[in-house]
Amino acid sequence: MSELLQQIINGVSMGSIYALIALGYTMVYGILRFINFAHGDVFMVGAFVGFFVAPVVATLVGGSGLATAVLVMVISMAACALLGVTIEKLAYRPLRSRPKLTVLITAIGVSLFLEYGGQLVFGPDPKPFPALIPSIMIVNSRYLVLSSNSVVVIGTALVLMIVLRYIVFHTRMGTAMRAVSFDHRAASLMGINIDSVISFTFALGSGLAAAAAILYGSVYPSINPLMGLFPGLKAFIAAVLGGIGNLTGAVVGGLIIGLLETLVTGYISPVYRDAISFAVLILILLFRPSGILGRHEAEKV
Amino acid sequence: MKRHLSKLYLLLALVAAAIIARYQSSIGPYYFQIIMYIGINVILASSLNLINGFAGQFSLGHAGFMALGAYTSAVITTSLHVSPGTAASYPVFALALICGGIVASVFGLLVGIPSLRLKGDYLAITTLGLGEIIRVIIQSLNFLGAARGFTGIAKLSNFFWVYAVVAIVIFTIANLVRSTYGRGFLAVRDDEIAAEAVGVDATRYKIIAFTTGAFFAGIAGGLYAHFVTYINPSQFGFLRSFEIVVMVVVGGMGNIAGVILAAALLTILPEALRAVAQYRMVIYALLLIIIMISRPQGLFGQRIDWGRIWRRLSKRPSPPAEGKT
Repeated sequence: MSELLQQIINGVSMGSIYALIALGYTMVYGILRFINFAHGDVFMVGAFVGFFVAPVVATLVGGSGLATAVLVMVISMAACALLGVTIEKLAYRPLRSRPKLTVLITAIGVSLFLEYGGQLVFGPDPKPFPALIPSIMIVNSRYLVLSSNSVVVIGTALVLMIVLRYIVFHTRMGTAMRAVSFDHRAASLMGINIDSVISFTFALGSGLAAAAAILYGSVYPSINPLMGLFPGLKAFIAAVLGGIGNLTGAVVGGLIIGLLETLVTGYISPVYRDAISFAVLILILLFRPSGILGRHEAEKV
Repeated sequence: MKRHLSKLYLLLALVAAAIIARYQSSIGPYYFQIIMYIGINVILASSLNLINGFAGQFSLGHAGFMALGAYTSAVITTSLHVSPGTAASYPVFALALICGGIVASVFGLLVGIPSLRLKGDYLAITTLGLGEIIRVIIQSLNFLGAARGFTGIAKLSNFFWVYAVVAIVIFTIANLVRSTYGRGFLAVRDDEIAAEAVGVDATRYKIIAFTTGAFFAGIAGGLYAHFVTYINPSQFGFLRSFEIVVMVVVGGMGNIAGVILAAALLTILPEALRAVAQYRMVIYALLLIIIMISRPQGLFGQRIDWGRIWRRLSKRPSPPAEGKT
């Protein structure tokens, strides 16, 4: 029983990281109707920005602590937001009116570019991610180990999700985002600048990916240029599972995938950790392609 | 008439492959290896071209099919203790390759089924997922060597086998595409709804494309396994699939000659760029992005117009000093 509780805590903390990444996928999909394959690699860049910035910030602020952690996260989020906007501008914008397949292949190209560019710039070997907030054991008994890390991860993710919800549902830009996602042409006829809304969406999504990366680094303190691949794919699966284009769905999907993965690792075999998410994806796509919370869209001729 | 001609070409290609295979030992081992990889990559890229280029079903799981073929054929030849050079090795190897192809095409069918409901991005990520699932399953099977890999495979692949399959693949695909099936593929690719409306059975064509493509990928896997003699699951990851996709995209989706040329070029390119080997994948990635933005139809477009190239070359006045015609 206590083992199950332990797995659930780990699963929720992993799941909230997936949820943050999944939000980026789902927002971009909601607006552009395409899967930003490079999103997982933006996440990787976020981790590396954190890795390089943390020592500098620590010396400026003086030691590691909450202020350092928050500052590192904000810098990393800003850097990734910039990266996301740049990728959109250079690679995706010229292709906006082209067939979806073209954009998809380009996105794969961007993803490979970031991965292998990362290997050149950062080196292919794994690097230790610095502990930004010293981890304290809140509960450390024979039955249950609860470190402050998982509390921080879940708490931070929760705060970011609430902020995102506020932006999307209670600000002018959020309203514009929802309008664009509903109908590009109608939105632009209403005077909404589509380009800036899309840039903003990419900035928001990439920023969340960077935040997820910092949290991920604090749970798994080893980072490498290919680290974005699997979290990226799983977050994508989470987004599809929850119903792509739906913010709540991304969070629900992320939690389910995180839980499922830790349970499979704990009770069956760690070998199937990656396979289980893909199996879930295939099942959900076969039986309910619109996801748990997604609306079914009829195909228009 | 045209069909007979292409059969003649196939025969000629097979004979040529057999003749060259007799002299393969005179090719340096390094160049020989590159030549073999070119052949295997041509098979992989051409078979993916059938799925991606002609039927328009974007698949990212080709390495999975390749792995199935590689492992199936390797298990067959090693359990029968086939040694290269013996008379028995030829039919057994052929059988092993075909079995590998069949296993791969059965999985191709499995992948084809989701493609009936999924399109574009979803299909791409599902096929990627299936490819990964295949890899994970192989990795967990102890009798296949799990993550340690499968060793001691007889070196049965030679020039003849690889290039005979290359000839057969090109022959099959070229004929398939020119037949009613080919028209069906193109119709499904260009507009599935319209195709259904005029009575084209899209389901059937998608499944045919997936099973045929997977079959040849399986055979390519078998040839690869019996050339390198050691395989492990990580050789068949999604990066392998991406590499094959890049070949198809660079060559031009749906362009048979273009894809063959691209497969050959992209196999030679990293060898030629040995000095900057670490930039290889970055160059690949940039190539992919730039081609998609500036030339989405691939370097060679829909088809290579040899007539136009010839006319253009012959029209150009040659400098008289060199005396070329």
